[in-house]
Amino acid sequence: MTEKYIARSTAIAARMLGGEMMIMSAVDSTFFTLNQVATAIWQAADGRTPLAEIVARIVCEEFDVEPEVARRDAEQFVDELAQHGILLVSDRPFENPPVEAA
Amino acid sequence: MSRSHEIAVDIGGMPILLRTQDSSFRQLLARRYAGFVDSSSSPRFAFDIDLVTPSPEMESDEEVHVEMQDGQWHLRRGDFRARWDPRAGQGSIRQSANPYSIDSVLRIVHTLILAQEGGFLLHAASAIRHGRAFLFSGMSGAGKTTISRLAPPDATLLTDEVSYVRRTGDEYRACGTPFAGELARVGENRSAPVDTLFLLAQGPENKIEPLSAAEAVRCLLRNILFFAEDVELVKLVFRAACEFVDRVPVRRLTFVPDQRVWDLIQ
Repeated sequence: MTEKYIARSTAIAARMLGGEMMIMSAVDSTFFTLNQVATAIWQAADGRTPLAEIVARIVCEEFDVEPEVARRDAEQFVDELAQHGILLVSDRPFENPPVEAA
Repeated sequence: MSRSHEIAVDIGGMPILLRTQDSSFRQLLARRYAGFVDSSSSPRFAFDIDLVTPSPEMESDEEVHVEMQDGQWHLRRGDFRARWDPRAGQGSIRQSANPYSIDSVLRIVHTLILAQEGGFLLHAASAIRHGRAFLFSGMSGAGKTTISRLAPPDATLLTDEVSYVRRTGDEYRACGTPFAGELARVGENRSAPVDTLFLLAQGPENKIEPLSAAEAVRCLLRNILFFAEDVELVKLVFRAACEFVDRVPVRRLTFVPDQRVWDLIQ
Protein backbone atom coordinates (compact mmCIF):
# COMPACT_ATOMS: atom_id res chain seq x y z
CA MET A 1 0.00 0.00 0.00
CA THR A 2 1.35 3.45 -0.90
CA GLU A 3 2.44 5.62 1.99
CA LYS A 4 0.69 8.96 2.27
CA TYR A 5 2.11 12.21 3.62
CA ILE A 6 0.05 15.27 4.48
CA ALA A 7 0.99 18.94 4.95
CA ARG A 8 -1.04 21.97 5.92
CA SER A 9 -1.41 24.40 3.02
CA THR A 10 -0.31 28.00 3.50
CA ALA A 11 -3.37 29.17 1.52
CA ILE A 12 -5.60 28.74 4.52
CA ALA A 13 -6.44 30.53 7.73
CA ALA A 14 -6.84 28.49 10.91
CA ARG A 15 -7.63 29.26 14.50
CA MET A 16 -8.55 27.46 17.70
CA LEU A 17 -11.46 29.23 19.38
CA GLY A 18 -13.68 28.01 22.19
CA GLY A 19 -11.95 24.64 22.05
CA GLU A 20 -12.77 24.14 18.35
CA MET A 21 -10.38 24.32 15.42
CA MET A 22 -11.73 26.42 12.56
CA ILE A 23 -10.19 26.42 9.13
CA MET A 24 -11.01 28.53 6.11
CA SER A 25 -9.69 28.01 2.63
CA ALA A 26 -8.25 31.27 1.32
CA VAL A 27 -8.80 29.92 -2.19
CA ASP A 28 -12.53 29.14 -2.20
CA SER A 29 -13.52 30.49 1.26
CA THR A 30 -14.91 27.12 2.42
CA PHE A 31 -15.13 26.92 6.19
CA PHE A 32 -14.56 23.85 8.31
CA THR A 33 -14.87 23.16 12.02
CA LEU A 34 -12.79 20.18 13.11
CA ASN A 35 -13.63 17.72 15.87
CA GLN A 36 -10.92 16.65 18.32
CA VAL A 37 -9.65 13.72 16.25
CA ALA A 38 -9.53 15.78 13.05
CA THR A 39 -7.76 18.56 14.94
CA ALA A 40 -5.13 16.10 16.12
CA ILE A 41 -4.53 14.90 12.55
CA TRP A 42 -4.41 18.51 11.35
CA GLN A 43 -1.84 19.47 13.96
CA ALA A 44 0.30 16.45 13.11
CA ALA A 45 0.25 17.16 9.35
CA ASP A 46 3.89 18.26 9.12
CA GLY A 47 4.56 16.86 5.64
CA ARG A 48 7.11 14.37 6.95
CA THR A 49 5.17 11.97 9.19
CA PRO A 50 3.29 9.25 7.27
CA LEU A 51 -0.49 9.41 7.70
CA ALA A 52 -0.48 5.76 8.85
CA GLU A 53 1.89 6.71 11.67
CA ILE A 54 -0.26 9.69 12.66
CA VAL A 55 -3.30 7.45 12.79
CA ALA A 56 -1.54 4.73 14.80
CA ARG A 57 0.38 6.97 17.18
CA ILE A 58 -2.17 9.71 17.78
CA VAL A 59 -5.68 8.71 16.75
CA CYS A 60 -5.69 5.10 17.92
CA GLU A 61 -3.69 5.65 21.11
CA GLU A 62 -5.01 9.00 22.30
CA PHE A 63 -8.63 8.57 21.24
CA ASP A 64 -8.95 4.81 21.67
CA VAL A 65 -10.28 4.17 18.16
CA GLU A 66 -10.08 0.83 16.34
CA PRO A 67 -7.25 0.95 13.75
CA GLU A 68 -9.45 0.09 10.77
CA VAL A 69 -12.09 2.67 11.69
CA ALA A 70 -9.43 5.30 12.42
CA ARG A 71 -7.68 4.68 9.09
CA ARG A 72 -10.93 4.89 7.09
CA ASP A 73 -12.09 8.09 8.85
CA ALA A 74 -8.66 9.71 8.50
CA GLU A 75 -8.51 8.93 4.77
CA GLN A 76 -11.97 10.42 4.30
CA PHE A 77 -11.06 13.54 6.27
CA VAL A 78 -7.80 14.02 4.38
CA ASP A 79 -9.52 13.56 1.00
CA GLU A 80 -12.16 16.14 1.84
CA LEU A 81 -9.69 18.78 3.00
CA ALA A 82 -7.40 18.02 0.07
CA GLN A 83 -10.27 18.69 -2.36
CA HIS A 84 -10.40 22.25 -1.04
CA GLY A 85 -6.62 22.69 -1.08
CA ILE A 86 -6.50 22.83 2.71
CA LEU A 87 -4.31 19.75 3.09
CA LEU A 88 -1.62 18.83 0.58
CA VAL A 89 -1.11 15.12 -0.05
CA SER A 90 1.91 13.32 -1.46
CA ASP A 91 3.17 9.74 -1.69
CA ARG A 92 6.58 10.88 -0.44
CA PRO A 93 7.69 13.27 2.33
CA PHE A 94 7.58 16.95 1.43
CA GLU A 95 11.12 18.29 1.14
CA ASN A 96 10.20 21.78 2.29
CA PRO A 97 6.72 21.38 3.70
CA PRO A 98 4.58 24.46 3.02
CA VAL A 99 3.20 24.14 6.51
CA GLU A 100 0.86 26.70 8.01
CA ALA A 101 1.02 27.03 11.80
CA ALA A 102 -1.28 24.51 13.46
CA MET B 1 -8.25 73.63 -18.01
CA SER B 2 -11.52 72.71 -16.30
CA ARG B 3 -12.02 73.27 -12.61
CA SER B 4 -12.06 70.36 -10.20
CA HIS B 5 -14.89 70.01 -7.69
CA GLU B 6 -14.12 68.18 -4.47
CA ILE B 7 -16.03 66.64 -1.62
CA ALA B 8 -14.74 64.68 1.38
CA VAL B 9 -17.02 61.82 2.40
CA ASP B 10 -16.26 60.70 5.95
CA ILE B 11 -17.63 57.27 6.83
CA GLY B 12 -16.37 55.58 9.98
CA GLY B 13 -13.92 58.38 10.67
CA MET B 14 -12.18 57.55 7.38
CA PRO B 15 -12.55 60.58 5.09
CA ILE B 16 -12.15 59.95 1.37
CA LEU B 17 -11.80 62.85 -1.04
CA LEU B 18 -13.78 62.59 -4.28
CA ARG B 19 -12.84 64.86 -7.21
CA THR B 20 -14.95 65.47 -10.28
CA GLN B 21 -14.93 67.95 -13.14
CA ASP B 22 -18.71 68.07 -13.04
CA SER B 23 -20.24 70.50 -10.53
CA SER B 24 -23.70 68.93 -10.78
CA PHE B 25 -22.25 65.50 -9.92
CA ARG B 26 -20.54 67.07 -6.93
CA GLN B 27 -23.94 68.38 -5.86
CA LEU B 28 -25.43 64.93 -6.32
CA LEU B 29 -22.70 63.51 -4.05
CA ALA B 30 -23.34 66.23 -1.47
CA ARG B 31 -27.02 65.25 -1.36
CA ARG B 32 -26.33 61.51 -1.37
CA TYR B 33 -23.83 61.71 1.49
CA ALA B 34 -25.47 64.50 3.47
CA GLY B 35 -24.47 64.06 7.11
CA PHE B 36 -21.22 62.38 6.07
CA VAL B 37 -19.57 65.31 4.28
CA ASP B 38 -16.58 66.63 6.19
CA SER B 39 -14.56 69.65 5.14
CA SER B 40 -12.52 69.86 8.35
CA SER B 41 -10.47 66.67 8.28
CA SER B 42 -7.56 65.72 6.03
CA PRO B 43 -8.59 62.83 3.80
CA ARG B 44 -6.17 59.90 3.76
CA PHE B 45 -7.36 58.80 0.34
CA ALA B 46 -8.45 60.62 -2.83
CA PHE B 47 -10.24 59.46 -5.97
CA ASP B 48 -10.57 61.25 -9.31
CA ILE B 49 -13.92 60.45 -10.88
CA ASP B 50 -14.00 60.27 -14.66
CA LEU B 51 -17.63 60.52 -15.73
CA VAL B 52 -18.51 58.82 -18.99
CA THR B 53 -21.64 58.81 -21.10
CA PRO B 54 -23.75 55.73 -20.35
CA SER B 55 -23.04 53.06 -22.95
CA PRO B 56 -23.88 49.37 -23.40
CA GLU B 57 -20.34 48.61 -22.20
CA MET B 58 -20.99 50.45 -18.92
CA GLU B 59 -24.41 48.90 -18.43
CA SER B 60 -23.48 45.23 -18.60
CA ASP B 61 -24.40 42.76 -15.86
CA GLU B 62 -20.79 41.90 -15.11
CA GLU B 63 -20.41 41.05 -11.43
CA VAL B 64 -17.94 42.75 -9.15
CA HIS B 65 -14.26 41.77 -9.37
CA VAL B 66 -11.60 43.05 -7.00
CA GLU B 67 -7.98 42.12 -7.59
CA MET B 68 -4.58 43.29 -6.40
CA GLN B 69 -2.10 43.79 -9.25
CA ASP B 70 1.29 45.48 -8.94
CA GLY B 71 0.43 47.16 -5.66
CA GLN B 72 -2.89 48.53 -6.91
CA TRP B 73 -6.41 47.32 -6.31
CA HIS B 74 -8.42 46.95 -9.52
CA LEU B 75 -12.19 47.14 -9.01
CA ARG B 76 -14.63 46.48 -11.78
CA ARG B 77 -18.30 45.79 -12.27
CA GLY B 78 -20.58 46.25 -15.26
CA ASP B 79 -21.17 49.89 -14.35
CA PHE B 80 -17.72 51.00 -13.16
CA ARG B 81 -13.96 50.56 -13.40
CA ALA B 82 -11.72 51.80 -10.59
CA ARG B 83 -8.11 51.64 -9.48
CA TRP B 84 -6.74 52.38 -6.08
CA ASP B 85 -3.14 52.54 -4.88
CA PRO B 86 -3.43 52.20 -1.09
CA ARG B 87 0.17 53.20 -0.45
CA ALA B 88 -0.06 56.40 -2.50
CA GLY B 89 -3.59 56.99 -1.22
CA GLN B 90 -4.70 57.81 -4.77
CA GLY B 91 -7.27 56.24 -7.02
CA SER B 92 -9.52 56.79 -10.02
CA ILE B 93 -13.07 55.79 -10.88
CA ARG B 94 -14.67 55.59 -14.31
CA GLN B 95 -18.45 55.55 -14.24
CA SER B 96 -21.53 57.36 -15.48
CA ALA B 97 -23.10 60.13 -13.41
CA ASN B 98 -25.09 58.00 -10.99
CA PRO B 99 -24.85 57.56 -7.20
CA TYR B 100 -24.98 53.76 -7.21
CA SER B 101 -21.60 53.09 -8.79
CA ILE B 102 -19.68 55.43 -6.48
CA ASP B 103 -21.59 53.94 -3.55
CA SER B 104 -20.36 50.45 -4.46
CA VAL B 105 -16.79 51.64 -4.97
CA LEU B 106 -16.81 53.29 -1.56
CA ARG B 107 -18.13 50.12 0.09
CA ILE B 108 -15.40 48.04 -1.51
CA VAL B 109 -12.65 50.52 -0.63
CA HIS B 110 -13.83 50.65 2.96
CA THR B 111 -13.81 46.83 3.21
CA LEU B 112 -10.20 46.85 2.02
CA ILE B 113 -9.19 49.59 4.47
CA LEU B 114 -10.99 47.99 7.40
CA ALA B 115 -9.52 44.52 6.76
CA GLN B 116 -6.04 45.89 7.41
CA GLU B 117 -7.01 47.00 10.90
CA GLY B 118 -9.22 44.09 11.94
CA GLY B 119 -12.57 45.71 11.12
CA PHE B 120 -15.23 44.97 8.51
CA LEU B 121 -18.47 46.00 6.86
CA LEU B 122 -21.30 43.70 7.86
CA HIS B 123 -24.74 42.95 6.45
CA ALA B 124 -26.37 44.26 9.61
CA ALA B 125 -28.56 46.97 10.98
CA SER B 126 -27.08 48.78 13.96
CA ALA B 127 -28.21 51.22 16.57
CA ILE B 128 -26.89 52.97 19.65
CA ARG B 129 -28.82 52.64 22.89
CA HIS B 130 -27.64 53.89 26.29
CA GLY B 131 -24.23 54.68 24.79
CA ARG B 132 -23.62 51.16 23.43
CA ALA B 133 -23.98 49.86 19.88
CA PHE B 134 -26.02 46.78 19.00
CA LEU B 135 -25.61 45.00 15.67
CA PHE B 136 -28.42 42.96 14.06
CA SER B 137 -27.03 40.78 11.32
CA GLY B 138 -28.59 38.63 8.66
CA MET B 139 -29.03 38.33 4.93
CA SER B 140 -32.04 39.72 3.07
CA GLY B 141 -35.30 38.81 4.78
CA ALA B 142 -33.73 38.13 8.18
CA GLY B 143 -35.35 41.21 9.72
CA LYS B 144 -32.78 44.04 9.54
CA THR B 145 -35.30 46.53 8.20
CA THR B 146 -38.02 45.29 10.55
CA ILE B 147 -35.94 45.65 13.71
CA SER B 148 -34.76 49.08 12.54
CA ARG B 149 -38.33 50.19 11.97
CA LEU B 150 -39.30 48.98 15.46
CA ALA B 151 -36.45 50.87 17.19
CA PRO B 152 -37.67 53.02 20.10
CA PRO B 153 -37.13 56.81 20.12
CA ASP B 154 -34.15 56.55 22.48
CA ALA B 155 -32.22 54.40 19.96
CA THR B 156 -30.01 56.09 17.36
CA LEU B 157 -30.11 54.21 14.07
CA LEU B 158 -26.65 53.84 12.49
CA THR B 159 -27.86 51.89 9.46
CA ASP B 160 -30.57 49.44 8.47
CA GLU B 161 -28.38 47.62 5.96
CA VAL B 162 -24.57 47.80 6.17
CA SER B 163 -22.82 48.24 9.52
CA TYR B 164 -19.35 49.67 9.84
CA VAL B 165 -17.18 47.99 12.48
CA ARG B 166 -13.82 49.51 13.34
CA ARG B 167 -11.24 48.05 15.66
CA THR B 168 -8.99 50.18 17.85
CA GLY B 169 -6.86 48.08 20.15
CA ASP B 170 -9.21 45.70 21.93
CA GLU B 171 -12.26 47.89 21.33
CA TYR B 172 -14.75 47.56 18.50
CA ARG B 173 -16.87 50.56 17.52
CA ALA B 174 -19.90 50.57 15.26
CA CYS B 175 -20.15 53.69 13.09
CA GLY B 176 -23.08 55.10 11.18
CA THR B 177 -23.16 54.67 7.40
CA PRO B 178 -25.06 56.27 4.55
CA PHE B 179 -25.64 52.80 3.11
CA ALA B 180 -29.39 52.39 3.48
CA GLY B 181 -31.58 49.39 2.82
CA GLU B 182 -35.34 49.12 2.40
CA LEU B 183 -35.91 51.77 5.05
CA ALA B 184 -34.23 54.23 2.65
CA ARG B 185 -33.03 56.23 5.63
CA VAL B 186 -29.40 57.31 5.90
CA GLY B 187 -27.89 56.39 9.27
CA GLU B 188 -26.70 58.88 11.86
CA ASN B 189 -23.02 59.77 11.59
CA ARG B 190 -22.17 58.67 15.13
CA SER B 191 -20.34 55.79 16.72
CA ALA B 192 -20.27 53.78 19.96
CA PRO B 193 -18.51 50.73 21.41
CA VAL B 194 -20.11 47.48 20.25
CA ASP B 195 -22.07 45.78 23.02
CA THR B 196 -23.48 42.70 21.28
CA LEU B 197 -23.86 41.23 17.80
CA PHE B 198 -27.26 39.61 17.33
CA LEU B 199 -27.84 37.13 14.53
CA LEU B 200 -31.45 37.63 13.52
CA ALA B 201 -34.18 35.07 13.12
CA GLN B 202 -37.93 35.63 13.18
CA GLY B 203 -40.03 33.26 15.28
CA PRO B 204 -43.05 32.84 17.56
CA GLU B 205 -41.44 34.39 20.65
CA ASN B 206 -38.70 36.84 21.61
CA LYS B 207 -35.60 35.10 22.92
CA ILE B 208 -31.84 35.44 23.03
CA GLU B 209 -29.69 32.32 22.80
CA PRO B 210 -25.94 31.75 23.02
CA LEU B 211 -23.93 30.41 20.08
CA SER B 212 -20.77 28.34 20.03
CA ALA B 213 -17.67 30.25 18.92
CA ALA B 214 -17.47 28.21 15.72
CA GLU B 215 -21.11 28.88 14.85
CA ALA B 216 -20.64 32.59 15.61
CA VAL B 217 -17.59 32.79 13.33
CA ARG B 218 -19.37 30.85 10.60
CA CYS B 219 -22.40 33.18 10.70
CA LEU B 220 -20.24 36.29 10.94
CA LEU B 221 -18.15 35.27 7.93
CA ARG B 222 -21.35 34.67 5.97
CA ASN B 223 -22.44 38.26 6.58
CA ILE B 224 -19.17 40.18 6.22
CA LEU B 225 -19.02 42.14 2.95
CA PHE B 226 -16.07 40.74 1.12
CA PHE B 227 -15.14 41.18 -2.51
CA ALA B 228 -11.46 40.55 -3.13
CA GLU B 229 -10.06 37.42 -4.71
CA ASP B 230 -6.89 37.62 -2.64
CA VAL B 231 -5.44 34.98 -0.33
CA GLU B 232 -3.87 37.41 2.13
CA LEU B 233 -7.10 39.36 2.42
CA VAL B 234 -9.13 36.20 3.07
CA LYS B 235 -6.75 35.45 5.93
CA LEU B 236 -7.19 38.95 7.33
CA VAL B 237 -10.98 38.70 7.21
CA PHE B 238 -10.94 35.27 8.87
CA ARG B 239 -8.68 36.59 11.63
CA ALA B 240 -10.90 39.66 12.07
CA ALA B 241 -13.99 37.46 12.47
CA CYS B 242 -12.28 35.18 15.02
CA GLU B 243 -10.92 38.06 17.08
CA PHE B 244 -14.29 39.82 17.07
CA VAL B 245 -16.04 36.66 18.31
CA ASP B 246 -13.34 36.27 20.96
CA ARG B 247 -14.05 39.76 22.35
CA VAL B 248 -17.68 40.63 21.62
CA PRO B 249 -20.78 38.66 22.71
CA VAL B 250 -22.52 37.08 19.71
CA ARG B 251 -26.09 35.83 20.29
CA ARG B 252 -29.00 34.55 18.24
CA LEU B 253 -31.99 36.86 18.56
CA THR B 254 -35.31 35.31 17.60
CA PHE B 255 -38.07 37.89 17.55
CA VAL B 256 -41.70 38.54 16.93
CA PRO B 257 -41.99 41.63 14.74
CA ASP B 258 -43.32 44.11 17.29
CA GLN B 259 -41.74 46.70 19.63
CA ARG B 260 -41.42 44.33 22.59
CA VAL B 261 -38.22 42.85 21.14
CA TRP B 262 -36.44 46.07 22.09
CA ASP B 263 -37.19 45.31 25.77
CA LEU B 264 -34.46 42.66 25.45
CA ILE B 265 -31.96 45.07 23.95
CA GLN B 266 -30.70 47.25 26.78
